[in-house]
Amino acid sequence: MSRATNTPSRWAPAALSLPALALFALMVLLPLALTTLLSFQQYDQDKGVQGGFTLASYALVLGDSYYYEIFFRTGWIAALTTLICVLVGAPEAYILSRMNKPWRSIFLLVILAPLLVSVVVRAFGWSLLLGPNGVVNGVFELFGIGKVKMLYTPTAVVVALVHVMLPFMVIPVWTSLQKLDPMVENAALSLNASQWTVMRRIVLPQITPGLLSGSLIVFGLSASALAIPGLLGGRRLKMVATLIYDEYLHELNWPLGAAIALALLVINLVVMLSYNAVLEGSYAKRMGRT
Amino acid sequence: MNRTSPLALLFHACVTIFMLAPLVIVCLVAFTPENTLSIPWHAFSLRWFTAVFEHSDLMQSFWNSLGVAAVAATLSVLLAVPAGIAIARHEFPGRQALNGLLLSPLIVPHLVLGVAMLRLFALFGARGSVLWLTLAHVVIITPYALRLVVAALSGLDRSAEQAALSLGASHATVFRRITLPLMLPGITGGWMLAFINSFDEVTMSIFITSPQTVTLPVRMYMIATESIDPMMAAVSALMVAVTAVAMIVLDRLYGLDKILVGQH
Repeated sequence: MSRATNTPSRWAPAALSLPALALFALMVLLPLALTTLLSFQQYDQDKGVQGGFTLASYALVLGDSYYYEIFFRTGWIAALTTLICVLVGAPEAYILSRMNKPWRSIFLLVILAPLLVSVVVRAFGWSLLLGPNGVVNGVFELFGIGKVKMLYTPTAVVVALVHVMLPFMVIPVWTSLQKLDPMVENAALSLNASQWTVMRRIVLPQITPGLLSGSLIVFGLSASALAIPGLLGGRRLKMVATLIYDEYLHELNWPLGAAIALALLVINLVVMLSYNAVLEGSYAKRMGRT
Repeated sequence: MNRTSPLALLFHACVTIFMLAPLVIVCLVAFTPENTLSIPWHAFSLRWFTAVFEHSDLMQSFWNSLGVAAVAATLSVLLAVPAGIAIARHEFPGRQALNGLLLSPLIVPHLVLGVAMLRLFALFGARGSVLWLTLAHVVIITPYALRLVVAALSGLDRSAEQAALSLGASHATVFRRITLPLMLPGITGGWMLAFINSFDEVTMSIFITSPQTVTLPVRMYMIATESIDPMMAAVSALMVAVTAVAMIVLDRLYGLDKILVGQH
Protein backbone atom coordinates (compact mmCIF):
# COMPACT_ATOMS: atom_id res chain seq x y z
CA MET A 1 0.00 0.00 0.00
CA SER A 2 1.43 3.29 -1.00
CA ARG A 3 0.52 5.94 1.43
CA ALA A 4 0.19 9.40 0.47
CA THR A 5 2.50 11.93 -0.75
CA ASN A 6 -0.17 14.15 -2.25
CA THR A 7 -1.38 15.46 1.10
CA PRO A 8 -2.72 18.95 0.53
CA SER A 9 -1.98 19.91 4.11
CA ARG A 10 -0.88 18.19 7.27
CA TRP A 11 -4.21 18.99 8.85
CA ALA A 12 -6.08 17.02 6.18
CA PRO A 13 -6.40 13.76 8.16
CA ALA A 14 -7.70 15.66 11.18
CA ALA A 15 -10.27 17.50 9.09
CA LEU A 16 -11.32 14.33 7.29
CA SER A 17 -11.80 12.27 10.42
CA LEU A 18 -13.21 15.02 12.63
CA PRO A 19 -16.95 14.38 11.99
CA ALA A 20 -16.66 10.66 12.71
CA LEU A 21 -14.38 11.30 15.67
CA ALA A 22 -16.79 13.84 17.16
CA LEU A 23 -19.77 11.48 16.82
CA PHE A 24 -17.87 8.58 18.39
CA ALA A 25 -16.60 10.73 21.24
CA LEU A 26 -20.15 11.89 21.93
CA MET A 27 -21.91 8.56 21.43
CA VAL A 28 -19.34 5.96 22.52
CA LEU A 29 -16.69 7.42 24.82
CA LEU A 30 -18.92 9.83 26.73
CA PRO A 31 -21.73 7.30 27.39
CA LEU A 32 -19.23 4.64 28.52
CA ALA A 33 -17.63 7.16 30.89
CA LEU A 34 -21.07 8.21 32.19
CA THR A 35 -22.01 4.56 32.73
CA THR A 36 -18.80 3.96 34.67
CA LEU A 37 -19.69 6.91 36.90
CA LEU A 38 -23.27 5.64 37.20
CA SER A 39 -22.07 2.27 38.48
CA PHE A 40 -20.52 4.04 41.48
CA GLN A 41 -23.64 6.01 42.34
CA GLN A 42 -26.06 5.19 45.12
CA TYR A 43 -29.42 3.67 44.46
CA ASP A 44 -32.43 3.93 46.67
CA GLN A 45 -35.47 1.78 46.03
CA ASP A 46 -37.88 4.66 46.59
CA LYS A 47 -35.90 7.64 45.43
CA GLY A 48 -34.01 6.09 42.51
CA VAL A 49 -30.48 7.06 41.54
CA GLN A 50 -28.75 9.28 44.09
CA GLY A 51 -25.46 11.08 43.72
CA GLY A 52 -22.41 10.25 45.74
CA PHE A 53 -19.79 7.57 45.42
CA THR A 54 -20.27 4.00 46.58
CA LEU A 55 -19.06 0.53 45.74
CA ALA A 56 -22.42 -0.88 46.82
CA SER A 57 -23.43 -2.15 43.39
CA TYR A 58 -20.13 -3.98 42.91
CA ALA A 59 -20.28 -5.34 46.46
CA LEU A 60 -23.79 -6.63 45.75
CA VAL A 61 -22.68 -8.43 42.57
CA LEU A 62 -19.53 -9.88 44.16
CA GLY A 63 -21.20 -10.89 47.40
CA ASP A 64 -24.26 -12.72 46.11
CA SER A 65 -24.21 -16.28 44.78
CA TYR A 66 -27.27 -15.43 42.67
CA TYR A 67 -25.10 -13.26 40.41
CA TYR A 68 -22.22 -15.77 40.43
CA GLU A 69 -24.62 -18.38 39.13
CA ILE A 70 -25.75 -16.13 36.28
CA PHE A 71 -22.20 -15.22 35.31
CA PHE A 72 -21.15 -18.86 35.49
CA ARG A 73 -24.11 -19.97 33.36
CA THR A 74 -23.38 -17.26 30.78
CA GLY A 75 -19.73 -18.34 30.73
CA TRP A 76 -20.38 -22.01 30.09
CA ILE A 77 -23.12 -21.38 27.54
CA ALA A 78 -20.79 -19.01 25.62
CA ALA A 79 -17.88 -21.49 25.92
CA LEU A 80 -19.99 -24.44 24.76
CA THR A 81 -21.31 -22.37 21.84
CA THR A 82 -17.73 -21.48 20.90
CA LEU A 83 -16.62 -25.12 21.11
CA ILE A 84 -19.48 -26.34 18.90
CA CYS A 85 -18.81 -23.53 16.42
CA VAL A 86 -15.15 -24.64 16.20
CA LEU A 87 -16.11 -28.31 15.76
CA VAL A 88 -18.73 -27.54 13.10
CA GLY A 89 -17.43 -24.34 11.50
CA ALA A 90 -13.85 -25.42 10.81
CA PRO A 91 -14.69 -28.66 8.94
CA GLU A 92 -17.51 -26.87 7.12
CA ALA A 93 -15.18 -24.09 5.98
CA TYR A 94 -12.69 -26.71 4.83
CA ILE A 95 -15.36 -28.66 2.90
CA LEU A 96 -16.55 -25.41 1.31
CA SER A 97 -13.04 -24.49 0.25
CA ARG A 98 -12.62 -27.88 -1.49
CA MET A 99 -15.85 -27.58 -3.48
CA ASN A 100 -16.03 -26.92 -7.21
CA LYS A 101 -16.66 -23.47 -8.55
CA PRO A 102 -20.40 -22.76 -8.74
CA TRP A 103 -21.29 -24.79 -5.63
CA ARG A 104 -18.65 -23.15 -3.51
CA SER A 105 -20.08 -19.62 -3.80
CA ILE A 106 -23.66 -20.88 -3.56
CA PHE A 107 -23.10 -22.78 -0.33
CA LEU A 108 -20.89 -20.08 1.11
CA LEU A 109 -23.84 -17.73 0.66
CA VAL A 110 -26.24 -20.27 2.19
CA ILE A 111 -24.03 -20.50 5.28
CA LEU A 112 -23.37 -16.75 5.54
CA ALA A 113 -26.67 -15.23 4.43
CA PRO A 114 -28.56 -15.91 7.70
CA LEU A 115 -26.15 -13.34 9.14
CA LEU A 116 -28.20 -10.68 7.41
CA VAL A 117 -31.56 -11.83 8.78
CA SER A 118 -32.59 -10.22 12.06
CA VAL A 119 -31.70 -12.28 15.11
CA VAL A 120 -35.31 -11.92 16.32
CA VAL A 121 -36.54 -13.74 13.22
CA ARG A 122 -33.98 -16.52 13.71
CA ALA A 123 -34.85 -16.89 17.40
CA PHE A 124 -38.50 -17.10 16.45
CA GLY A 125 -37.68 -19.78 13.86
CA TRP A 126 -35.91 -21.84 16.50
CA SER A 127 -38.81 -21.48 18.91
CA LEU A 128 -41.02 -22.99 16.18
CA LEU A 129 -38.57 -25.84 15.58
CA LEU A 130 -37.80 -26.66 19.21
CA GLY A 131 -41.24 -26.13 20.75
CA PRO A 132 -43.23 -28.99 22.32
CA ASN A 133 -45.13 -29.52 19.05
CA GLY A 134 -42.29 -28.40 16.83
CA VAL A 135 -40.63 -30.16 13.94
CA VAL A 136 -37.71 -31.48 15.96
CA ASN A 137 -39.99 -33.15 18.49
CA GLY A 138 -41.99 -34.55 15.58
CA VAL A 139 -38.83 -36.17 14.23
CA PHE A 140 -37.95 -37.46 17.71
CA GLU A 141 -41.39 -39.09 17.97
CA LEU A 142 -40.94 -40.74 14.56
CA PHE A 143 -37.83 -42.41 15.94
CA GLY A 144 -39.63 -43.35 19.14
CA ILE A 145 -37.59 -41.07 21.37
CA GLY A 146 -40.64 -39.22 22.61
CA LYS A 147 -41.01 -35.54 23.35
CA VAL A 148 -38.06 -33.70 24.80
CA LYS A 149 -38.41 -30.35 26.48
CA MET A 150 -35.98 -28.05 24.69
CA LEU A 151 -37.60 -24.62 24.56
CA TYR A 152 -36.75 -22.51 27.63
CA THR A 153 -33.76 -24.74 28.44
CA PRO A 154 -30.02 -24.12 27.86
CA THR A 155 -30.26 -26.54 24.90
CA ALA A 156 -32.46 -24.16 22.93
CA VAL A 157 -30.22 -21.20 23.78
CA VAL A 158 -27.04 -23.04 22.73
CA VAL A 159 -28.60 -24.37 19.49
CA ALA A 160 -29.84 -20.92 18.46
CA LEU A 161 -26.57 -19.24 19.49
CA VAL A 162 -24.61 -21.73 17.37
CA HIS A 163 -26.90 -20.90 14.45
CA VAL A 164 -26.30 -17.17 14.88
CA MET A 165 -22.55 -17.49 15.53
CA LEU A 166 -21.51 -20.15 13.00
CA PRO A 167 -20.94 -17.63 10.17
CA PHE A 168 -18.54 -15.71 12.44
CA MET A 169 -16.46 -18.89 12.71
CA VAL A 170 -16.72 -19.94 9.06
CA ILE A 171 -15.63 -16.50 7.75
CA PRO A 172 -12.17 -16.28 9.41
CA VAL A 173 -11.41 -19.98 8.85
CA TRP A 174 -12.46 -19.64 5.22
CA THR A 175 -10.25 -16.55 4.87
CA SER A 176 -7.19 -18.35 6.26
CA LEU A 177 -7.87 -21.38 4.03
CA GLN A 178 -7.79 -19.10 0.99
CA LYS A 179 -4.10 -18.57 1.65
CA LEU A 180 -3.42 -22.32 1.65
CA ASP A 181 -2.17 -23.57 -1.69
CA PRO A 182 -3.87 -26.96 -2.36
CA MET A 183 -0.62 -28.05 -4.03
CA VAL A 184 1.05 -28.15 -0.61
CA GLU A 185 -1.49 -30.74 0.51
CA ASN A 186 -1.05 -32.68 -2.70
CA ALA A 187 2.72 -32.60 -2.30
CA ALA A 188 2.41 -34.00 1.22
CA LEU A 189 0.02 -36.71 0.02
CA SER A 190 2.31 -37.67 -2.84
CA LEU A 191 5.15 -37.97 -0.34
CA ASN A 192 3.06 -40.61 1.44
CA ALA A 193 1.72 -38.52 4.28
CA SER A 194 -1.60 -39.86 5.54
CA GLN A 195 -4.78 -37.80 5.21
CA TRP A 196 -4.66 -37.36 8.98
CA THR A 197 -1.06 -36.10 8.94
CA VAL A 198 -1.94 -33.58 6.22
CA MET A 199 -4.81 -32.30 8.35
CA ARG A 200 -2.72 -32.08 11.49
CA ARG A 201 0.52 -30.76 10.03
CA ILE A 202 -0.65 -28.57 7.15
CA VAL A 203 -4.32 -27.59 7.36
CA LEU A 204 -4.61 -27.13 11.12
CA PRO A 205 -1.59 -24.79 11.53
CA GLN A 206 -2.88 -22.80 8.58
CA ILE A 207 -6.34 -22.23 10.06
CA THR A 208 -5.24 -21.70 13.68
CA PRO A 209 -5.27 -17.88 13.43
CA GLY A 210 -8.73 -18.03 11.86
CA LEU A 211 -10.00 -20.40 14.57
CA LEU A 212 -8.54 -18.08 17.17
CA SER A 213 -10.16 -14.90 15.94
CA GLY A 214 -13.40 -16.74 15.21
CA SER A 215 -13.51 -18.13 18.76
CA LEU A 216 -12.97 -14.68 20.24
CA ILE A 217 -15.77 -13.14 18.21
CA VAL A 218 -18.13 -16.04 18.93
CA PHE A 219 -17.41 -16.06 22.65
CA GLY A 220 -17.76 -12.29 22.98
CA LEU A 221 -21.00 -12.13 21.02
CA SER A 222 -22.50 -15.18 22.76
CA ALA A 223 -21.71 -13.91 26.24
CA SER A 224 -23.47 -10.61 25.52
CA ALA A 225 -26.34 -11.89 23.36
CA LEU A 226 -29.71 -10.61 24.55
CA ALA A 227 -32.42 -11.59 22.09
CA ILE A 228 -31.62 -15.33 21.98
CA PRO A 229 -31.68 -15.98 25.75
CA GLY A 230 -34.53 -13.49 26.08
CA LEU A 231 -36.75 -15.33 23.62
CA LEU A 232 -35.57 -18.94 23.99
CA GLY A 233 -34.36 -19.08 27.59
CA GLY A 234 -37.57 -17.91 29.19
CA ARG A 235 -37.73 -15.98 32.44
CA ARG A 236 -36.07 -18.57 34.66
CA LEU A 237 -32.97 -19.14 32.58
CA LYS A 238 -31.30 -15.82 33.20
CA MET A 239 -28.06 -14.84 31.53
CA VAL A 240 -25.97 -11.73 32.13
CA ALA A 241 -27.56 -9.89 29.21
CA THR A 242 -31.13 -10.59 30.32
CA LEU A 243 -30.13 -9.70 33.88
CA ILE A 244 -28.84 -6.30 32.73
CA TYR A 245 -32.03 -5.82 30.70
CA ASP A 246 -34.17 -6.52 33.78
CA GLU A 247 -32.14 -4.25 36.05
CA TYR A 248 -32.41 -1.36 33.60
CA LEU A 249 -35.95 -1.72 32.29
CA HIS A 250 -37.86 -3.57 35.05
CA GLU A 251 -36.11 -3.07 38.39
CA LEU A 252 -34.89 0.39 37.35
CA ASN A 253 -31.75 -0.12 39.45
CA TRP A 254 -29.48 1.55 36.92
CA PRO A 255 -26.30 1.65 39.05
CA LEU A 256 -26.51 -2.13 39.55
CA GLY A 257 -27.23 -2.65 35.85
CA ALA A 258 -24.28 -0.41 34.97
CA ALA A 259 -21.96 -2.35 37.30
CA ILE A 260 -22.99 -5.68 35.73
CA ALA A 261 -22.67 -4.26 32.19
CA LEU A 262 -19.16 -3.00 32.94
CA ALA A 263 -18.24 -6.33 34.51
CA LEU A 264 -19.43 -8.04 31.32
CA LEU A 265 -17.40 -5.62 29.19
CA VAL A 266 -14.25 -6.09 31.30
CA ILE A 267 -14.57 -9.90 31.39
CA ASN A 268 -15.10 -9.89 27.63
CA LEU A 269 -12.00 -7.79 27.04
CA VAL A 270 -9.86 -9.80 29.49
CA VAL A 271 -10.90 -13.13 27.95
CA MET A 272 -10.18 -11.78 24.48
CA LEU A 273 -6.79 -10.35 25.37
CA SER A 274 -5.51 -13.28 27.45
CA TYR A 275 -6.81 -15.96 25.09
CA ASN A 276 -5.24 -14.03 22.26
CA ALA A 277 -1.89 -13.76 24.06
CA VAL A 278 -1.79 -17.44 25.07
CA LEU A 279 -2.81 -18.89 21.73
CA GLU A 280 -0.79 -16.49 19.65
CA GLY A 281 2.23 -17.24 21.82
CA SER A 282 1.93 -20.99 21.37
CA TYR A 283 1.12 -20.57 17.71
CA ALA A 284 4.22 -18.45 17.13
CA LYS A 285 6.31 -20.99 19.04
CA ARG A 286 5.05 -23.91 16.99
CA MET A 287 5.52 -22.09 13.74
CA GLY A 288 9.03 -21.20 14.86
CA ARG A 289 9.90 -24.83 15.60
CA THR A 290 8.71 -26.49 12.43
CA MET B 1 -6.60 -35.86 -6.07
CA ASN B 2 -8.41 -35.52 -2.81
CA ARG B 3 -12.12 -35.07 -3.52
CA THR B 4 -14.82 -34.48 -0.98
CA SER B 5 -15.75 -37.77 0.66
CA PRO B 6 -19.38 -38.93 1.13
CA LEU B 7 -19.02 -38.46 4.87
CA ALA B 8 -17.97 -34.84 4.34
CA LEU B 9 -20.92 -34.30 2.00
CA LEU B 10 -23.30 -35.69 4.62
CA PHE B 11 -21.79 -33.37 7.22
CA HIS B 12 -22.14 -30.47 4.80
CA ALA B 13 -25.79 -31.37 4.10
CA CYS B 14 -26.54 -31.39 7.84
CA VAL B 15 -24.91 -27.98 8.33
CA THR B 16 -26.83 -26.55 5.37
CA ILE B 17 -30.14 -27.89 6.71
CA PHE B 18 -29.28 -26.55 10.16
CA MET B 19 -28.57 -23.07 8.76
CA LEU B 20 -31.71 -22.92 6.63
CA ALA B 21 -34.20 -24.72 8.89
CA PRO B 22 -35.33 -21.78 11.08
CA LEU B 23 -35.77 -19.47 8.08
CA VAL B 24 -37.66 -22.08 6.05
CA ILE B 25 -39.98 -23.00 8.93
CA VAL B 26 -40.84 -19.35 9.52
CA CYS B 27 -41.76 -18.89 5.86
CA LEU B 28 -43.89 -22.07 5.87
CA VAL B 29 -45.79 -21.31 9.07
CA ALA B 30 -46.55 -17.79 7.78
CA PHE B 31 -48.97 -19.33 5.26
CA THR B 32 -51.00 -21.31 7.77
CA PRO B 33 -54.79 -20.86 7.67
CA GLU B 34 -55.03 -22.01 11.33
CA ASN B 35 -54.95 -19.91 14.48
CA THR B 36 -52.03 -21.90 15.83
CA LEU B 37 -48.42 -22.15 14.77
CA SER B 38 -48.65 -25.06 12.38
CA ILE B 39 -47.21 -26.04 9.05
CA PRO B 40 -49.89 -25.69 6.35
CA TRP B 41 -49.80 -29.20 4.86
CA HIS B 42 -53.25 -29.12 3.28
CA ALA B 43 -54.31 -25.56 2.63
CA PHE B 44 -52.56 -22.26 2.78
CA SER B 45 -53.80 -18.75 3.35
CA LEU B 46 -52.58 -15.19 3.32
CA ARG B 47 -54.69 -14.17 6.31
CA TRP B 48 -51.68 -13.60 8.59
CA PHE B 49 -50.01 -11.35 6.03
CA THR B 50 -53.22 -9.33 5.91
CA ALA B 51 -53.14 -9.23 9.70
CA VAL B 52 -49.62 -7.76 9.57
CA PHE B 53 -50.66 -4.95 7.23
CA GLU B 54 -53.65 -4.17 9.44
CA HIS B 55 -51.57 -4.12 12.63
CA SER B 56 -50.94 -0.40 13.07
CA ASP B 57 -48.15 -0.76 15.67
CA LEU B 58 -46.20 -3.13 13.45
CA MET B 59 -46.63 -0.94 10.38
CA GLN B 60 -45.58 2.14 12.36
CA SER B 61 -42.47 0.28 13.53
CA PHE B 62 -41.74 -0.87 10.01
CA TRP B 63 -41.72 2.74 8.75
CA ASN B 64 -39.62 3.79 11.75
CA SER B 65 -37.06 1.11 10.95
CA LEU B 66 -37.03 1.96 7.27
CA GLY B 67 -36.51 5.67 7.92
CA VAL B 68 -33.90 5.21 10.64
CA ALA B 69 -31.96 2.66 8.57
CA ALA B 70 -31.99 4.80 5.39
CA VAL B 71 -30.89 8.00 7.13
CA ALA B 72 -28.39 6.24 9.42
CA ALA B 73 -26.79 4.34 6.52
CA THR B 74 -26.46 7.57 4.52
CA LEU B 75 -24.92 9.43 7.47
CA SER B 76 -22.55 6.55 8.23
CA VAL B 77 -21.29 6.58 4.63
CA LEU B 78 -20.85 10.37 4.77
CA LEU B 79 -18.69 9.88 7.88
CA ALA B 80 -16.91 6.75 6.68
CA VAL B 81 -15.74 8.10 3.32
CA PRO B 82 -13.59 10.98 4.68
CA ALA B 83 -12.50 8.96 7.73
CA GLY B 84 -11.66 6.02 5.49
CA ILE B 85 -9.57 8.28 3.24
CA ALA B 86 -7.71 9.60 6.29
CA ILE B 87 -7.06 6.06 7.56
CA ALA B 88 -6.17 4.44 4.24
CA ARG B 89 -4.17 7.27 2.68
CA HIS B 90 -2.58 9.34 5.38
CA GLU B 91 0.06 8.63 7.95
CA PHE B 92 -0.63 10.59 11.12
CA PRO B 93 -0.23 10.14 14.86
CA GLY B 94 -3.26 8.39 16.35
CA ARG B 95 -4.20 6.71 13.08
CA GLN B 96 -4.40 3.27 14.71
CA ALA B 97 -6.33 4.70 17.66
CA LEU B 98 -8.82 6.38 15.32
CA ASN B 99 -9.27 3.15 13.38
CA GLY B 100 -9.74 1.24 16.65
CA LEU B 101 -12.31 3.72 17.94
CA LEU B 102 -14.33 3.70 14.73
CA LEU B 103 -14.33 -0.12 14.66
CA SER B 104 -15.00 -0.44 18.41
CA PRO B 105 -18.77 -1.06 18.03
CA LEU B 106 -17.77 -4.45 16.60
CA ILE B 107 -16.02 -5.34 19.87
CA VAL B 108 -17.96 -3.48 22.56
CA PRO B 109 -21.18 -5.50 22.97
CA HIS B 110 -24.27 -3.76 21.58
CA LEU B 111 -25.86 -4.45 24.95
CA VAL B 112 -23.23 -2.31 26.69
CA LEU B 113 -23.55 0.41 24.06
CA GLY B 114 -27.32 0.29 24.54
CA VAL B 115 -27.25 0.87 28.30
CA ALA B 116 -24.49 3.48 27.90
CA MET B 117 -26.54 5.43 25.38
CA LEU B 118 -29.65 5.06 27.52
CA ARG B 119 -27.75 6.94 30.24
CA LEU B 120 -26.68 9.64 27.80
CA PHE B 121 -30.21 10.02 26.43
CA ALA B 122 -31.66 10.20 29.94
CA LEU B 123 -29.27 13.02 30.83
CA PHE B 124 -29.90 14.89 27.58
CA GLY B 125 -33.65 14.34 27.70
CA ALA B 126 -33.25 12.63 24.33
CA ARG B 127 -35.40 9.57 24.96
CA GLY B 128 -38.09 9.33 22.34
CA SER B 129 -36.10 11.38 19.84
CA VAL B 130 -35.76 9.79 16.40
CA LEU B 131 -32.71 11.94 15.70
CA TRP B 132 -30.72 10.52 18.62
CA LEU B 133 -31.88 7.00 17.87
CA THR B 134 -30.63 7.48 14.31
CA LEU B 135 -27.27 8.78 15.53
CA ALA B 136 -26.94 5.73 17.78
CA HIS B 137 -27.55 3.54 14.74
CA VAL B 138 -24.94 5.51 12.79
CA VAL B 139 -22.38 4.58 15.45
CA ILE B 140 -23.00 0.84 15.28
CA ILE B 141 -23.13 0.61 11.47
CA THR B 142 -20.21 2.92 10.65
CA PRO B 143 -17.67 0.07 11.12
CA TYR B 144 -19.27 -1.84 8.24
CA ALA B 145 -19.25 1.18 5.92
CA LEU B 146 -15.71 2.08 7.00
CA ARG B 147 -14.33 -1.39 6.29
CA LEU B 148 -15.71 -1.42 2.77
CA VAL B 149 -14.50 2.13 2.08
CA VAL B 150 -10.99 1.29 3.30
CA ALA B 151 -11.04 -1.95 1.28
CA ALA B 152 -12.15 -0.04 -1.82
CA LEU B 153 -9.38 2.53 -1.33
CA SER B 154 -6.59 0.06 -0.76
CA GLY B 155 -7.53 -1.93 -3.85
CA LEU B 156 -7.51 1.20 -5.96
CA ASP B 157 -4.88 1.81 -8.61
CA ARG B 158 -3.41 5.24 -7.99
CA SER B 159 -1.82 5.77 -11.37
CA ALA B 160 -4.95 7.40 -12.83
CA GLU B 161 -5.00 9.91 -9.98
CA GLN B 162 -1.32 10.66 -10.37
CA ALA B 163 -1.71 11.12 -14.11
CA ALA B 164 -4.56 13.59 -13.59
CA LEU B 165 -2.58 15.51 -10.97
CA SER B 166 0.46 15.71 -13.20
CA LEU B 167 -1.74 17.08 -15.97
CA GLY B 168 -2.73 19.93 -13.68
CA ALA B 169 -6.05 18.75 -12.26
CA SER B 170 -6.81 20.10 -8.81
CA HIS B 171 -7.15 17.74 -5.82
CA ALA B 172 -10.87 18.43 -5.75
CA THR B 173 -11.28 17.53 -9.42
CA VAL B 174 -9.22 14.37 -9.04
CA PHE B 175 -11.37 13.29 -6.10
CA ARG B 176 -14.65 14.10 -7.83
CA ARG B 177 -13.81 12.72 -11.26
CA ILE B 178 -11.53 9.79 -10.44
CA THR B 179 -11.30 8.67 -6.82
CA LEU B 180 -15.00 8.87 -5.98
CA PRO B 181 -16.22 6.99 -9.09
CA LEU B 182 -13.63 4.27 -8.47
CA MET B 183 -14.74 3.97 -4.84
CA LEU B 184 -18.41 3.85 -5.76
CA PRO B 185 -18.96 0.07 -5.61
CA GLY B 186 -17.39 0.01 -2.15
CA ILE B 187 -19.50 2.95 -1.02
CA THR B 188 -22.75 1.44 -2.32
CA GLY B 189 -21.90 -1.93 -0.80
CA GLY B 190 -21.08 -0.18 2.49
CA TRP B 191 -24.38 1.69 2.41
CA MET B 192 -26.38 -1.48 1.82
CA LEU B 193 -24.55 -3.43 4.51
CA ALA B 194 -24.99 -0.53 6.94
CA PHE B 195 -28.68 -0.31 6.03
CA ILE B 196 -29.28 -4.03 6.65
CA ASN B 197 -27.43 -3.94 9.96
CA SER B 198 -29.42 -0.94 11.13
CA PHE B 199 -32.70 -2.45 9.96
CA ASP B 200 -31.97 -5.70 11.87
CA GLU B 201 -30.51 -4.18 15.02
CA VAL B 202 -32.36 -5.14 18.20
CA THR B 203 -29.98 -5.42 21.18
CA MET B 204 -28.99 -1.77 21.43
CA SER B 205 -32.29 -0.36 20.15
CA ILE B 206 -34.30 -2.17 22.80
CA PHE B 207 -32.79 0.17 25.41
CA ILE B 208 -33.07 3.45 23.57
CA THR B 209 -36.39 3.32 21.73
CA SER B 210 -39.53 4.76 23.27
CA PRO B 211 -43.13 3.92 22.34
CA GLN B 212 -43.13 6.37 19.40
CA THR B 213 -39.78 5.30 17.99
CA VAL B 214 -39.90 1.51 18.41
CA THR B 215 -38.17 -0.16 15.46
CA LEU B 216 -39.48 -3.31 13.81
CA PRO B 217 -37.12 -5.88 15.41
CA VAL B 218 -37.74 -4.35 18.85
CA ARG B 219 -41.51 -4.45 18.28
CA MET B 220 -41.22 -8.08 17.19
CA TYR B 221 -39.17 -8.88 20.28
CA MET B 222 -41.79 -7.25 22.48
CA ILE B 223 -44.63 -9.13 20.78
CA ALA B 224 -42.74 -12.43 20.88
CA THR B 225 -42.05 -12.24 24.62
CA GLU B 226 -45.77 -11.84 25.31
CA SER B 227 -47.63 -14.02 22.88
CA ILE B 228 -46.70 -15.96 19.81
CA ASP B 229 -49.16 -16.30 16.97
CA PRO B 230 -48.76 -16.94 13.23
CA MET B 231 -48.69 -13.20 12.61
CA MET B 232 -45.13 -13.21 13.99
CA ALA B 233 -44.29 -15.82 11.37
CA ALA B 234 -45.79 -13.62 8.67
CA VAL B 235 -43.73 -10.55 9.75
CA SER B 236 -40.65 -12.74 9.96
CA ALA B 237 -41.29 -14.13 6.49
CA LEU B 238 -41.62 -10.58 5.17
CA MET B 239 -38.32 -9.65 6.80
CA VAL B 240 -36.65 -12.71 5.26
CA ALA B 241 -38.08 -11.63 1.89
CA VAL B 242 -36.86 -8.04 2.26
CA THR B 243 -33.41 -9.28 3.29
CA ALA B 244 -33.31 -11.70 0.37
CA VAL B 245 -34.11 -8.88 -2.09
CA ALA B 246 -31.47 -6.64 -0.50
CA MET B 247 -28.97 -9.50 -0.73
CA ILE B 248 -29.61 -10.05 -4.41
CA VAL B 249 -29.17 -6.33 -5.12
CA LEU B 250 -26.00 -6.31 -3.01
CA ASP B 251 -24.68 -9.39 -4.78
CA ARG B 252 -25.24 -7.82 -8.21
CA LEU B 253 -23.62 -4.55 -7.11
CA TYR B 254 -20.60 -5.79 -5.29
CA GLY B 255 -20.51 -9.57 -4.82
CA LEU B 256 -22.02 -10.73 -1.57
CA ASP B 257 -19.26 -13.18 -0.67
CA LYS B 258 -16.74 -10.33 -0.96
CA ILE B 259 -18.75 -8.16 1.45
CA LEU B 260 -19.46 -10.86 4.01
CA VAL B 261 -16.02 -12.43 4.00
CA GLY B 262 -14.45 -9.00 3.87
CA GLN B 263 -11.16 -8.01 2.36
CA HIS B 264 -8.74 -7.42 5.15
